[in-house]
Formats: sequence, C-alpha cells, structure tokens
Amino acid sequence: MSEILLQIDGKEVKATEGMTVLEAARQAEIFIPTLCHHEKLEPYGGCRICTVEVEVRGWTRLVASCLYPVAPDLVVRTRSEKVDKIRKMILELLMAHAPDSPELKALAREYGADRDRFEKEPSFCILCGLCVRYCDEVKQKNAVGFIDKGARREISFIPEIAAEECWNCKECFPLCPTSYLQAAYHLTEALAFPGHRSKPRQASETT
Amino acid sequence: MPRLNSAAELENLRKEILLKRDPDKPCIAICGGAGCLGLGNDKVIRAFEEEIRKQSLESRVDIRATGCHGFCEKGPNVVIYPEEISYTEVSPADVPEIVSQTVVGKKVIDRLLYTDPNTGEKAVHQNDIPFYKNQMRHLMSNNSRIDPESIDDYLAFGGYAALSRALFEMGSAQALEEIKKANLRGRGGGGFPAGLKWETARNAPGEEKYVIVNGHEGEPGAFMDRAIFTGNPHCVLEGLIIGAYAIGSHQGFIYTRHDSPRLRKNIYTALAKAEEYGLLGENILGSGFNFNVEVHFDVGIFVSGESSALMRSIEGKNPEPRPKYIRTSVSGIWNKPSNLNNVETWANVAQIINKGADWYAGIGTEKSKGTKLLSLSGNICHTGVVEVPFGTTLREIVYDIGGGIPNGKKLKAVHFGGPMGGSVPEEFLDTPLDFDEMKKLGAPIGAGGMLVLDEDTNMVELTRFYLNFLTNESCGKCVPCREGIRQMLKIVTNISEGRGRKGDIELLEEIAEVAGAASLCSLGKTASDPLKGTLRYFRDEYEANIH
Repeated sequence: MSEILLQIDGKEVKATEGMTVLEAARQAEIFIPTLCHHEKLEPYGGCRICTVEVEVRGWTRLVASCLYPVAPDLVVRTRSEKVDKIRKMILELLMAHAPDSPELKALAREYGADRDRFEKEPSFCILCGLCVRYCDEVKQKNAVGFIDKGARREISFIPEIAAEECWNCKECFPLCPTSYLQAAYHLTEALAFPGHRSKPRQASETT
Repeated sequence: MPRLNSAAELENLRKEILLKRDPDKPCIAICGGAGCLGLGNDKVIRAFEEEIRKQSLESRVDIRATGCHGFCEKGPNVVIYPEEISYTEVSPADVPEIVSQTVVGKKVIDRLLYTDPNTGEKAVHQNDIPFYKNQMRHLMSNNSRIDPESIDDYLAFGGYAALSRALFEMGSAQALEEIKKANLRGRGGGGFPAGLKWETARNAPGEEKYVIVNGHEGEPGAFMDRAIFTGNPHCVLEGLIIGAYAIGSHQGFIYTRHDSPRLRKNIYTALAKAEEYGLLGENILGSGFNFNVEVHFDVGIFVSGESSALMRSIEGKNPEPRPKYIRTSVSGIWNKPSNLNNVETWANVAQIINKGADWYAGIGTEKSKGTKLLSLSGNICHTGVVEVPFGTTLREIVYDIGGGIPNGKKLKAVHFGGPMGGSVPEEFLDTPLDFDEMKKLGAPIGAGGMLVLDEDTNMVELTRFYLNFLTNESCGKCVPCREGIRQMLKIVTNISEGRGRKGDIELLEEIAEVAGAASLCSLGKTASDPLKGTLRYFRDEYEANIH
C-alpha cells in the first residue's frame, strides 16, 4: 500500500491508498462528526453529517468523508460555512424525530441547531441503520431490517428471527443513538413472542 | 432456423426475406402501444382478425399488432399498407367497413381520416398529419412497419446490418470512434457523451465488463422509452450488442419495468430470436465475439432507475444508491466496469454505425446531436410520443406538432424532466431544444418527459405533486433527501392550501440548498429542482399564499 499525503484543515496528513477521508482524519486526530458510521461496518453514507469540502483540480466539492477516498495532495476542509450549514440542517431535520437524543443534542450545541425548528414527529428513530447493518454484516442474522421506503421507512424486527437470536445477543442496543431500537425490540417481543426466551446457548455454540 | 455464421449469410437471409414478401400485399397495422391499449385497441385487433376470417382473406391480408405509432391522443391508430392510409380513433364497429372498403376496395373512408381542426383538411397518410409531418422520426418511423415479435420484420428493414458492419468492417476501436465522433449524448437525463463513457469502460482494467440498458423509465409523464423498446426491441438490442463489442463486454443486462407485460414479452422474444439467428450468444455471426444478455425487472420503486441503485438491484440487493466516488464505468456491478445507457441512447447506435457519424452530427445543434424522443402530455391537444431534431423550438413542439393548448386556453409553462425537472414560463418558448440551453433555464430535458401547462395550472400544486411523488419513491436512506423532501412537502402543502407563514419560502430555499448539496444520489440532489424552478419563475404564486 503506497503512502499518500493530503491536507486536512491545513494540516499535512499521512494516509494509505484505499483509506477514506474520515479514516485519515481520525488517524490524525481531526474530528469529523458521524451518526451512521461504525468501524466494523461497511461505510454507508446515510446520515451525511460527515460531509466535508474537498478541493479536486481547483473545484470545491461537498462529499461524504466516510466514503470519499484519499488522494495525493487532496485538500480537505472539515469545517466551512457550507459544511456547518449542512450539518445544522441535518441535525434540525433529525431532531424533529428524536429531540432528546444525547448525541444529537451535543452536536446541536456545536452547530447551533434549533431542535424545535421543524414540527415534531417523534418516531425516535433517525434511521442511521447501525442496528440493521450490524445484525447483517457482523452477526449475519438479519433479525432487524428496514421496511418500506422514502419518508415511510422504518426499522422492524423480524419476530421469527428475533425470538431465536436476540435474547443472547443484543449487541445492537448500545449502538443506537436514540434508544428507539430497544423500544422496538421490546415491543416486538411483547407482541410476537411474550415470555419466550430461547435457551441460553452452550459455550460451544457461541464461540 | 440455423444460426447465421457470417455477414454474407445475414445478407442472404435478408434477401430471402425480402423476396418472399409481396410489397403489394395489404397489411393492417394496428398500434399496440400503451396509449392505444388504454383506448381499447385489443378489441380493434380482435375485430380485424374476426372480419378477415369472416371474409376468408387470411391468406391475402396480413394483420400486424405493432408498437406505438406516436399519436396517442387519436388512438387507436390503424395504418393500411401498402397505400399507408392512416385512420385514427378506430373502433371495432368501423372494422368491417375498413376491410371491405379500404383493404379490399382500395377506397379511403373519409370519416376515419384525421381532420385538421384549424383548416378542416383531411390527412390520408400519417405523414400528412401535422403531428407527424413536423417531426423527424429516425427512431420511431419503423414502429408502425414492423411486428415487434418478428425478427424477420426488423431484418427486412435493414436490421443488424450495423452490427455486421461493426464486427467485420470496422472493428471495436473504430466503432467506438464513430460513436464518439457522432457526439451521441446520453438520453437518460445527464446528457453525458456516450462515447466517452464507453471509452472509460473499455480502458478500465479487468477482463469482465458489463453493459446495461436502463429501461426503468419510472417518472410520471415519461412514456417514450417503452414506446421504442416495446415497439422495436431489436433496435435497442442491436445497439447494445455493438456497444458491448466496442467496450469489450460479454455480458449485458436489461433492467426494465416489471409492470409492462407486453414490453417484457417482446424483450424475451427478441432475445430468443436473436440468439436463434446467431446474433446473440456465442460466436456472433461467426466473428468469434460472444455476448449474452440477462433481463432484470425493477422492484417497483422510482429510485431503482438511478444508476448505482439499479446496479445494486442487479446484484440482488436493495436498490439503494451507493456512490463510491468512482465512476460506475470503472467500478459498477460487482465492482466491475459497467457501462449503463438508457433505452433511447442504445436505440441511436445502429443508425450511427449504418449512416456514419457525419450524417448524425449533421442533425441537431452544435452540442446536442441527433433527434430526441419526447413524451408530450398535459394541457396539449396532441398527447403522444414525439421525435424531433435537437434545435427544434419549444414553440414548434407545442403548436406545430402538439396542436396547441385545448379549450382556447393560454400556455403558462412547459415542464421538463418530471419530478426532478423544472418548468419554464411562456416567454422562453422560442428556446431551442438543447441539453445545455434548457439546463441553463433550470429545466433540463431529463429523459424527455415534456408536460405542457395551461394558464389554469397552479404551480405550487404542481410542485406539491412532485414532492409527494418523491417522498414515496426515494429509498429513504440518506437524511437530506428523506427528511428534506418530507419537510419541503409539508411546507409546500401548507402554502398550496393557503396556510403559508412568513419565512416559509426562505426555509424552503434553505432545505432545497442542503438537499441539493448533501444528498447521496441524483434523486435527492435534484428532488428540489421543480421547487427551485417554480420559485424562480412563479414566486408570486407562493407569496400570494403567505399570511
């Protein structure tokens, strides 16, 4: 892997080919906020809060840093008027659904986002997909998935799988930025398999 | 049918087909397009079959259910060959008379002819009808002449000669050069030069490469791609095979609508016949070039026509867009170089190879070459599929071809590109149809859906309609698109219902800017275009509802 030199916020940063701008920034301890990113998961590019400005051949572009690959002499700005405006709007849009998420509140303070800008539609889920993708990519169980499309998109546990898999796992719970996931799980459990717990697994099964 | 093994065998077969055909044999061509189907053409087709049987004319008269003729407004359309007598709005009750009088008696039935409402003149042939007369129908003209299920019909009109020429006279590099030189630009909406895209895919590293026909056409008010694909599937397929050869691809994909049974049937028939004839599959025409095609159907969501979502769908995954900041012509389906063009782009290829880049580049404007298919609809006298050379003014399309605005109303605006497009007001009607000119006005041609709006149109309501469409048809993956459209729709709905508040317009502009800049794919990036366009030209209609 060849070494690549790029510039992030005026700082010379070393990276290797194939890395994303976000990875390079984190390695250099430059903070870029994320909501749908997780080291163990494929980059997703859903929340867009990691949007940064890059300069390519004299052109300034707004890109998702979790997906954008590093390139020699790339110039990256992690904060700018445009970037901040985008992040502020994204936070305001999300806080219509999850106004009390600690993660969103902290970012809202940083970017001056108004949690009451849009009429509340408290679904509590911001559809970052961390649970869905973790269950798919890491656990390969697909006990929780997206249903429907567009503005009607939701996460939903699949009772038949959840009844068997979730009790012994629940690794997705701490990933959720809003705690909606736990509520969704408990609701599924209460409605679809109340009191049903699959037997604790034998040690040989869990390894 | 034994497989064809050389260019000479193809030409011999073509001669045989033509020899067997009697050019004087009457043929009744009934439009089988989607519009005419809605108007009951199936009953007309059945009535003709019955009548021919009743009069024992089966051996003397052919009946052909063709693809879309174009003039949807006046369907069901029927053309009687060899005289090419054109009847419009034909009902089953007219059929016995048409057979006795016109097919057998060679007499024209006046009352079934198209009558120009302005001059009262009757048109005997399609080309006498102003709707057709003012078009340039290079792609559409064969639709009424061929049975889409008959490869022999396509061959009779010179089909697959371009493929043969590319394979045996030109070679892949020259075929690519020809497309580049013709400056064929992508008809799906972007207008990106197809030749450059092909070249990128050709030069991309890797043995395995894919070519794809995007036949999704999911936007409301667009029905030109299905007209050509259903009516003349071999024309699209021939273009695809030539493209595959030029790029060095051996696997093609057709991605198209799951909800159009006739389109589906015609594509499958075309693929099977082309393979049987040796024009597809292994060792095409004995050239040593192998190419296969697989058909995939959309999953009923508009965003699956977006190129990266479409490629994910072909991979068997959710049709969610996934930009990798690497062009799909370098890394697409399964990370292999994947060249995607839409139906109309592929349909243009064969004629460029046949007639040459210079011929093609002689049509159109400086930077937009050839003809463009348009789906003309809305408040227009002549709804239908229209083909015009680039450079034709919007006024010519609306008035000379479209017959103007019905009910004596005035024109207010022309909207291009459906939910991701824009509207231009009447004052820009003399603008020539051109990718770049229209983009400058904020109404890029898109795929070619052209919606004509009369003076009674509420532009805020139009915007609300498109946002409502998109909020259901976005995949919902990224925040600026999903949540941005949700909020824009709420605000625009309020305004359209007279409940707008101070600051609403500014907020709309702010959301539109963020959605345009930060969304993941082109759906989200352009979802606010109808809003931006109507705010640009019809801001007063928003302001009137702010209290």
